[in-house]
Amino acid sequence: MAAKTLTIDGKQISAFEGATVLQAAEEAGIPIPTLCHLDGVYDIGACRICLVEVEGVAKLLPACTTRVREGMEVRTDTERLRNYRRMILELLFAERNHVCAVCVSNGHCELQTLAYEHGMDHVRYEYRFPKWDLDVTHRLYGMDHNRCILCNRCVRACWHIEGAGTKNVAGRGARAHIISDLNQPWGDSESCTSCGKCVDACPTGALFKKGATAGEMAHNRAKLEFIVTAREKKQWIASE
Amino acid sequence: MVIDDLNAIAEAERAARKKYTLRCCMAAGCHSSNSVAVKKALEQAVKDAGLEDLVEVRGVGCMRLCCQGPLVQVDPDGTLYEKVRPEDSASLVGTLKGGTTHVQKGDPNSPFFTEQLSIVLANSGYIDPERIESYIAADGYRALHDVLREMTPKEVVDEIIKSGLRGRGGAGFPTGLKWGTVAKTESAQKYVICNADEGDPGAFMDRSVLESDPHSILEGMAIAGYAVGANQGFVYVRAEYPLAISRLQNAIKQAKQRGLLGSGIFESPFTFNIDVRIGAGAFVCGEETALMMSVEGKRGTPRPRPPFPAESGLWGCPTLINNVETFANVAPILRKGADWFASIGTEKSKGTKVFALAGKITNTGLIEVPMGTKLRDIVEKMGGGAPDGAPIKAVQTGGPSGGCIPAEALDTPVDYESLASLGSIMGSGGMIVMDDATRMVDVARFFMEFCMDESCGKCVPCRAGTVQMHSLLEKILNREATAADLQRLEELCQMVRDTSLCGLGQTAPNPVLSTLRFFRSEYEELLKKETAHNGEPRAAIR
Amino acid sequence: MSFLDLDEWLVDLAAAVDVVYSPIMDIKEYPENVDVVLVEGAIANEDHVELMHRIRANTKVVVAFGDCAVTGNVTALRNPLGDPENVLQRAYKDAADIAPQYPAEKDIVPRLTPRVTPVHELVKVDLFLPGCPPPAPRIKLFLEQLLAGKGERLAGANIKFG
Ligand SMILES: Cc1cc2nc3c(=O)[nH]c(=O)nc-3n(C[C@H](O)[C@H](O)[C@H](O)COP(=O)(O)O)c2cc1C
Ligand code: SF4
Ligand code: SF4
Ligand code: SF4
Ligand code: FES
Repeated sequence: MAAKTLTIDGKQISAFEGATVLQAAEEAGIPIPTLCHLDGVYDIGACRICLVEVEGVAKLLPACTTRVREGMEVRTDTERLRNYRRMILELLFAERNHVCAVCVSNGHCELQTLAYEHGMDHVRYEYRFPKWDLDVTHRLYGMDHNRCILCNRCVRACWHIEGAGTKNVAGRGARAHIISDLNQPWGDSESCTSCGKCVDACPTGALFKKGATAGEMAHNRAKLEFIVTAREKKQWIASE
Repeated sequence: MVIDDLNAIAEAERAARKKYTLRCCMAAGCHSSNSVAVKKALEQAVKDAGLEDLVEVRGVGCMRLCCQGPLVQVDPDGTLYEKVRPEDSASLVGTLKGGTTHVQKGDPNSPFFTEQLSIVLANSGYIDPERIESYIAADGYRALHDVLREMTPKEVVDEIIKSGLRGRGGAGFPTGLKWGTVAKTESAQKYVICNADEGDPGAFMDRSVLESDPHSILEGMAIAGYAVGANQGFVYVRAEYPLAISRLQNAIKQAKQRGLLGSGIFESPFTFNIDVRIGAGAFVCGEETALMMSVEGKRGTPRPRPPFPAESGLWGCPTLINNVETFANVAPILRKGADWFASIGTEKSKGTKVFALAGKITNTGLIEVPMGTKLRDIVEKMGGGAPDGAPIKAVQTGGPSGGCIPAEALDTPVDYESLASLGSIMGSGGMIVMDDATRMVDVARFFMEFCMDESCGKCVPCRAGTVQMHSLLEKILNREATAADLQRLEELCQMVRDTSLCGLGQTAPNPVLSTLRFFRSEYEELLKKETAHNGEPRAAIR
Repeated sequence: MSFLDLDEWLVDLAAAVDVVYSPIMDIKEYPENVDVVLVEGAIANEDHVELMHRIRANTKVVVAFGDCAVTGNVTALRNPLGDPENVLQRAYKDAADIAPQYPAEKDIVPRLTPRVTPVHELVKVDLFLPGCPPPAPRIKLFLEQLLAGKGERLAGANIKFG
């Protein structure tokens, strides 16, 4: 594979052709915040947290879906980007009902962490306080729509790592929400294998293991990574 | 089918013409004001008068002046009858024998008609959209023949490039360039898609073309298929357009029967099939990547570009996607030549544009004018101004992605660049006229509500940002907002425009930004005085 | 309560400031010319609205102190249920065994606002100290900065919700 040289935040780096800006930056130790990105599944560029500026391109581009080009000049940490990121985070907090104090993921939540990193000491937008339900019909897991940020990670994990195809998105705009099968209670889903990969994929406290109380629900991303790496590198096939 | 067969059909069709033709509009506007019954009654009246050998009653497509429908026009003298009722038919037919009628007459020589220049709508109102013979008699499928028998695909692409045709779906991307990219991309399988989603509120240009002249789209798509190397086309139409869908399906069936679609068209090696895909009517499904997801049977949400459809589209194959009106221009360009087309319009915007004229205006309906026509000519001359002579305040173009052009700027020529410089867009052709009773903040709120409801919900800025912008607009309208709220609204506009994934979110702030640009005082008049007692965007106490 | 975890630093604090008003002090009226106020809790009833306006009018630096003041937090859990009537109905009528009635004797119990809001949705707030509760070391840091005259917004590791 051919290598490409580019600069990110003034730092000259090289990356493989076909790598995303996010991968290149990660490789070079330059952090770019992400939310909808999940190692192991394809990217959809939905959360817009990873947007970067590219010299000569008028639009902001998502680092997770933009491929490196030779001579590309990328900026990941400008004032405008930080400002927009904070606004996006505030929009997410205002959109549903995030009550950190009683959330199972308090302290282990990617949304919360990003909010801290971006100096979000309060939300400037009107809280919407929508009414959303809780689905605790599954034997092992629960889904709290109040905390869902529609990153779609659970859907992709369910379809592309587990291959079950249980999780999906229904509705549009602010009424978009995650469903199981044809919008039935999770516990009634016949396709769900109860593998828990969606739960591990979730960045927030929206998907949780039953029995976890406030602050207890840490998601096990390592498990997903292990499976995906093993599959890609065929590590489970015993070598002769 | 060879060229002689095509000529024979055209000849036979022309030979069958009678002394008089009563053209009766059967497009959706007149259709919904009972034109089907009018046509039936006219046929009966002709029979009753014993004039069957002299008079043909022909159902045709849109005759433009929809507000006065059902419309009936008499050939050869061109008398135009408006608001025709079935019970008027006897007296109307009677005029052909020297009788009189009380039916309201329109003036076919009024500027509304004479200022029009028809390329896309040339057949509309003349041919019978349900009969392929009628299209063939109007030189239909001749361009397809000539292209297949006499031109290489590259020559076709070059001709389109030379014509200067730009996409009529909104963004105005050069059509020839797009065709060239798809043609160059190597792939065993390629597709052509006609975007007939037409989701802008108030727009009905594409519907009219499909209802009035469906074969022109099929011919344009087939030519495009030949030029880019595709053998399969799809027309994506919304389910709300049942008449357009049925005419399209009927046209496809007829074209197949005549060998004008299918394999070995005009005895060339070229094969091309077209299928109709019916969308459920989400606005976002007009966005090309969402549309393709929908055609694939998936949830219609946009994805980041690149890759562009021209490289990786339907099922990962190179795909050409153009708007209905874009395709409708193709056959005329190849029939009359790129130079002819390029001689119409302005330097950067060639040809004509169809607009659906609506709002506070005397003549509402469809118009097709050369690019570069002044807005004032459209609104005042052709449209006849506001109904009660009220002053016109602004003209909205581009629907929810567009902007409001103030009356002071009515001398702006209608072309892609001029409209963009005023913060609006050409869009697909909706044109809403507003008089001085219109509150611009209301207009902005209306379009924001539309975008909020139609956001697919995939990306955060659009999904959650439109909700916040909408609530700030409501707060302003309720006189509960402060200058800080207005500032917050402007910040959100910029952010949503700069960070949204697809065109819906990226352009959703346009109606706000453009009304702020020209009518800022209307916002400011609604603001509350700011004191320390005003919090940040305080929830309107409901 | 977390405030009390400040332990002996409270003594230093007491030396540096005059506490002029507190819900647990025997002062009925919020005084004038206050330098700093730490507002705890969300805006949930009409008394809160009135007091908050008085506070804002008479205070230089208004601090939203703790998650309820900053976000609405658990107090705001009633909002998705809509009209406060729904909440009262459930709590005082549906769940009551005997003599179900609202504790709404006029002028005794303040009426609930249509929805619970964070403080900054009602009046301008100068600084925010989230946390449920904000842990003592962070309160100390925050107050120290404030006393030193450089009231700065918190950043990074010093922000924490929940
Ligand atoms: C939200 C959204 C809605 C759109 N709706 C339509 C539509 O209804 N019809 C259309 O032709 N193009 C629509 N477009 C533009 C298409 O994405 C695409 O650019 C167009 O079909 C290309 O055709 P053209 O080059 O012939 O204009 C829409 C774009 C966006 C972002
Ligand atoms: S538990 Fe596994 S199969 Fe079930 S929904 Fe989650 S990811 Fe899909
Ligand atoms: S449930 Fe979790 S993983 Fe799924 S979309 Fe919501 S936040 Fe993302
Ligand atoms: S901008 Fe709006 S419509 Fe487009 S992808 Fe984002 S949420 Fe969907
Ligand atoms: S991580 Fe790139 S858009 Fe979400």
